[in-house]
Amino acid sequence: MAEELKVGCARPTGGPVGEPAPEGKPETENVRKEDVKMIQVGKKAPDFIAPAYQKGKFVNINLSEFLGKWVLLCFYPGDFTFV
Amino acid sequence: MSIDSIFVHKMWNDHELSKMVDGGVPFAMLSDAGGRVGKIYGIYDEDGGVETRGRFIIDPEGVIQGYEVLTPPVGRNVNETLRQVQAFQLVRSSKGTEATPSGWRPGKKTLRPGPDLVGNVWKEWKTEMAFD
Repeated sequence: MAEELKVGCARPTGGPVGEPAPEGKPETENVRKEDVKMIQVGKKAPDFIAPAYQKGKFVNINLSEFLGKWVLLCFYPGDFTFV
Repeated sequence: MSIDSIFVHKMWNDHELSKMVDGGVPFAMLSDAGGRVGKIYGIYDEDGGVETRGRFIIDPEGVIQGYEVLTPPVGRNVNETLRQVQAFQLVRSSKGTEATPSGWRPGKKTLRPGPDLVGNVWKEWKTEMAFD
């Protein structure tokens, strides 16, 4: 399912899918960040592609590949932390 | 998912996590350089430059059914997460005819929302059921 990554010296990165390029994105001063609500229960989870390490392999993971399955997406502060 | 690179994920899994879990972490350890994904999920801490403990339950349609966000020093309750997934799965398989009241866990009574239940929840559900 997940495409295996060819790993070179550069650190692979991912990002949101279907987002406009961050460069030159107009940021209106009047629109406070809190007003831009992107996450809501009952609404679609934003799609993304991210590189990952899984069972000895480097792969690219696309959230939309998991349609049809239940997904738990967990964020955490950092590797080698304590909690 | 964290802001660490996949190389650091590999080191953490191979050198530490595999000592806690036989065979290491079975699921994908995702890398989110710069918190680009964390930002759109609203859990990236700009000041600290790290992601907070955000946890999202996403159903087979790609819809977010629930989320929880904690600041870094407090860990999650995995059992509660699994209980919520089981509850959402039950509701889904009943096509919305059943609902899980407070304190529900697998095997416990569900409720069938409808006109007959209005004003009658007290007959079906007792306060102790929230805590046992």
